[in-house]
Amino acid sequence: MKLKSYLKPYTGQCIVAPLLKLMEAFLELLVPLVIASLIDAGIGRDDSGHVVRMSLFLAGFALLGLGVSITAQYFSAKVATGFAHDAKNDLFKHIQRLSAADLDRIGTSTLLTRMTSDMNQVQAGVNMTLRLLLRSPFVVFGAAVMAILVDPSSAAIFLGTIALLSLLVGVIMSFSLPQYRNVQRRLDTVLSRVRENLYGVRVLRAFCQEDAETRSFAAENEALRKQQMLSAALSALTNPLTTVVVNVGIMFLIYSGGLKVDSGAMSQGTVVALVNYMSQILIELIKLANLLVTISKALACAKRVNGVFAMTPSRSEGTVDTIPAEAPSIIDFKDVTFSYGKGAAPALSKISFSVRTGRMLGIIGGTGSGKSTIAALMLRQYDATSGEVDFFGRDIRDYTDRAIHSSLVAVFQKAKLFKGTIRSNLKWGDRSADDRALYQALAIAQASEIVGGRNGGLDATVEIGGRNFSGGQRQRLCIARALVAHPKLLILDDSTSALDYATDAALRGALNQLDCALVIISQRTLSVRDADQILVLDNGRQVGLGTHEELLESCGVYQEIYDSQYSDRREAAK
Amino acid sequence: MNNGAATRRGTFKRLLAYVGRYRYTFAAALLLAVVTVATNLAVPVYIGRAVDAISGEGKVDFPLISTMLLYIAVLLGVGAVSQFLMGVLNNRMTCSVVRDIRDDAFRTIQKLPMGVLDAQSPGDMTSRVIIDVEQLADGLLLGFTQLFTGFVTIVGTLVLLFRVDVVIALVVLLVTPLSLFISSFIARHVSRFFREQSLTRGEQTAITDEMISSMQEIHGFLMEDAVEEQFEEINARWRKSSMLATFYSSLTNPSTRFVNSLVYASVALAGGILAIKRLLTVGDLTCVLSYANQYTKPFNEISGVVTELQNAFVCASRVFSLIDERQESPDPQAALADVRGAVSIDDVSFSYVPDRRLIEHFTFSAPAGSSVAIVGPTGCGKTTLINLLMRFYDVDSGTISVDGTDISSVSRRSLRSSYGMVLQDTWLKQGTVYDNIVMGRPGVSREDVARAAKLAHADEFIARLENGYDTVLSDESAALSQGERQLLCIARIMLSLPPMLILDEATSSIDTRTELLIQESFGRLMEGRTSFVVAHRLSTIKNADMIIVMRDGKVVETGNHEQLLASNGFYSVLYNSQFAH
Repeated sequence: MKLKSYLKPYTGQCIVAPLLKLMEAFLELLVPLVIASLIDAGIGRDDSGHVVRMSLFLAGFALLGLGVSITAQYFSAKVATGFAHDAKNDLFKHIQRLSAADLDRIGTSTLLTRMTSDMNQVQAGVNMTLRLLLRSPFVVFGAAVMAILVDPSSAAIFLGTIALLSLLVGVIMSFSLPQYRNVQRRLDTVLSRVRENLYGVRVLRAFCQEDAETRSFAAENEALRKQQMLSAALSALTNPLTTVVVNVGIMFLIYSGGLKVDSGAMSQGTVVALVNYMSQILIELIKLANLLVTISKALACAKRVNGVFAMTPSRSEGTVDTIPAEAPSIIDFKDVTFSYGKGAAPALSKISFSVRTGRMLGIIGGTGSGKSTIAALMLRQYDATSGEVDFFGRDIRDYTDRAIHSSLVAVFQKAKLFKGTIRSNLKWGDRSADDRALYQALAIAQASEIVGGRNGGLDATVEIGGRNFSGGQRQRLCIARALVAHPKLLILDDSTSALDYATDAALRGALNQLDCALVIISQRTLSVRDADQILVLDNGRQVGLGTHEELLESCGVYQEIYDSQYSDRREAAK
Repeated sequence: MNNGAATRRGTFKRLLAYVGRYRYTFAAALLLAVVTVATNLAVPVYIGRAVDAISGEGKVDFPLISTMLLYIAVLLGVGAVSQFLMGVLNNRMTCSVVRDIRDDAFRTIQKLPMGVLDAQSPGDMTSRVIIDVEQLADGLLLGFTQLFTGFVTIVGTLVLLFRVDVVIALVVLLVTPLSLFISSFIARHVSRFFREQSLTRGEQTAITDEMISSMQEIHGFLMEDAVEEQFEEINARWRKSSMLATFYSSLTNPSTRFVNSLVYASVALAGGILAIKRLLTVGDLTCVLSYANQYTKPFNEISGVVTELQNAFVCASRVFSLIDERQESPDPQAALADVRGAVSIDDVSFSYVPDRRLIEHFTFSAPAGSSVAIVGPTGCGKTTLINLLMRFYDVDSGTISVDGTDISSVSRRSLRSSYGMVLQDTWLKQGTVYDNIVMGRPGVSREDVARAAKLAHADEFIARLENGYDTVLSDESAALSQGERQLLCIARIMLSLPPMLILDEATSSIDTRTELLIQESFGRLMEGRTSFVVAHRLSTIKNADMIIVMRDGKVVETGNHEQLLASNGFYSVLYNSQFAH
């Protein structure tokens, strides 16, 4: 139960707040005593002075109760929000450490629900628990103890009532807890519908899916409602049952009290006090019943949040934090085989190649041939199933993520920019980079004109996901961002697909001037033909490794690819 | 403040309208509340009478006690049943109202103009539909349960109090407005913090959403710390507002309780004095005190509820403002029928923002069955043209018509279903491969889907998937490569066979050998269909009947390959720089 540990820093407040509430409750417990004295000693003896004194006591208790309870509320609010704040920070960090595979497994939507909805419920649970958890049982047991002190013979009635109530609450809770978990699960689905709809809106509209989407959302939404009503119906039992049990207790008290008063063993005031204690128990228990709903929800949600914390990243970082200054090659694949899931067909089998310092490797192959998987392995997003990936001459698993990512940067086809400015995006590469360095990177990435064409230059706004830029512009800005980082190895995974040939060619020309090693993954032979070595993949198998000329001689697949593209150029030459 | 009060009233009215749909449930719940409260109030009366019957040694009236106990038992039974039913009905109402609001919000999203959607963060919008509505539900339920019984209890107790003793009733009546004043004072001031809390919560959802969907970049650039910092900054603001909201709203209860304890003390004082003067029996005093207690309880609860409801209102107003967003212009009833595909663009001007003019007075026509290539350097606005053709955005002036019908005079549905669109940016919905190809078209057989997949050359990789056509995919799933995703998107239109096509770099991620094969299918598909193709591929461009050349968001030239080359304009510059070296 990881979440519990977030209460630790607030141990002091966690103890003080309930204690204060306890004190408030204690004051309330004194009230029936004061009233009993007011009736017996005041009214009984016609002592109006005593009546006034007792009434003033009541007023004094009220004032003291106010002070105590405000302090307690302050502490519990502080603890609950502080707790949620700390836990959310760590939850965010934790999610960030998960790998793509982990995220794939659990799903984005449920993470979002757990981060928000579930954490809200847990927070509310903590807050209410601090306010009521000590108080309620104290009032209940306190009232019972006081009653028993006043009249020991009523012990059986009070204890019996409490025992029955505990049993009742226990049974209801054990049934409703799983139901609340189901509610949250349904909420996950509803959230995912909304989110998916927002992300896929263009395609959904193009295929006129609005009505179908609305219908399917309504169905999920209705399922959520049904589940909510089911779990609520269970909890709705608590209150009436509590009222019945406590009032039956009161009935017993009155009857046995009647017998005792009749025999002279008890005064009328005592009966009144006993009935008052029982009423107090009732009031408190009804509050507690509401709290129990909150707690059940909070517990169900806490379990889900803990489920996220319990996800250990499927791969663990190494410890080597620096890369060797001298190494002949940056990346070596040694007989690497990889499959995405247990039992799944291998996405790569027996791949071996090297990327040498300052050199360029091209990777080419058909759709789904495993090109991007190679990039993922280089970035250690996944570990090889068998074989070894070496980074600067040693197993890549030995390094920290920091060591890997500070010398190796990749740009993907689905290039992402972030809300902010062009400058803030470029500075991802290097937070200390000055404008000169930024402009330099932009020039190499053929992106100078993008900045020139926008109001504000480097300070031009970038909307969420960079959607105010076209695909090609985004790709070039992302390449510039990567260049700002001055990596030892730059991986371009089909990241010029939205560029026209002329821009692409100019970009490659500029990249060739740099001294960093390059891995260019592409569909186009044109993009890789200048590479020192080209790796040809076909359905996850390595079918060629060599220069453009060598492959044209020896590799059938490469020839085919080349021919399929060359037809275009022949046509242009016509 | 005035403004805040006005929106609060507006929000309240809206909520009432939603609740109004369940007016019978509402009435039933209210009736049950009356029954519940009546029994709750009656029980102490009989308890008081029973206690009165125990006046002293040897003077206990057992037959009376028995009768009273019997009454109590009956009342308890009735009360318990009605309270349970009331709880169930209240829940039903809350869940239903919340479902309706979510449905409405979702339906609104379907009708929001793309321009509005493009300007919002999906995370924040999701937060409104899910989290804010959830908070609203909590508030509503509390409101229904506590306000009903609270209100009825107050009225009922007052009536009974007046019947028992006028003086005491007056004391109670005079002091209570104070507690209402306190709670409304707190409620007014806490609303600001609730708003801030809800806003920051939306920001949190948005940044978490963005973080999860950009994990690759964040890891790759070692930006974990920076993103965390960003989150922590939001989280710190959230903490502050949440703390203040929680604390201030929790003040209501102790404050009103304080007032009520004072009331209780006053009743004890007045009752005690009256009893000494023999104007009141001890039994009456017990009863009155228990009323004073019972009477103050609903005030405590109601005042607590009033502040909680502030939160519900704030959250509701965030959803309502989403539901109130300007919707797309209403959809005409008329539909495009038997589309042949003659598209003409007549004097169209369009810009996303007024101060950055894009397309101006553009006129162009594509005869039915012709192929149109859209070319230009990256970022030249090719997507804008597609946005207009599909009516994702409306033109500022001029008309676009299909077969001579202005597309703004027919339903978007009939227009869009006449187009088949494949975008460079692929998107998959949560569902099986089959679902993704069918995209909601009813009654499509497995064979048809398989045939479409074969035409798109997607059948091979689908066959390799774990469960073939039944493999579950989602947009986030890493199981498919970009190219494979594109093949699936192509299979979609191979199945739907619409009369017009829009292909925006439809094959950019597909290897060239497969692409050549698909081109064949495309070629057959395009025969007799009007097509708009964004492409770099020279053969596609050269074979097109018409070419639209774009630059910096504007259309600079139109014509066919030969005409454009001959005119020696921007196209020939492009052509020479890209292909002729």
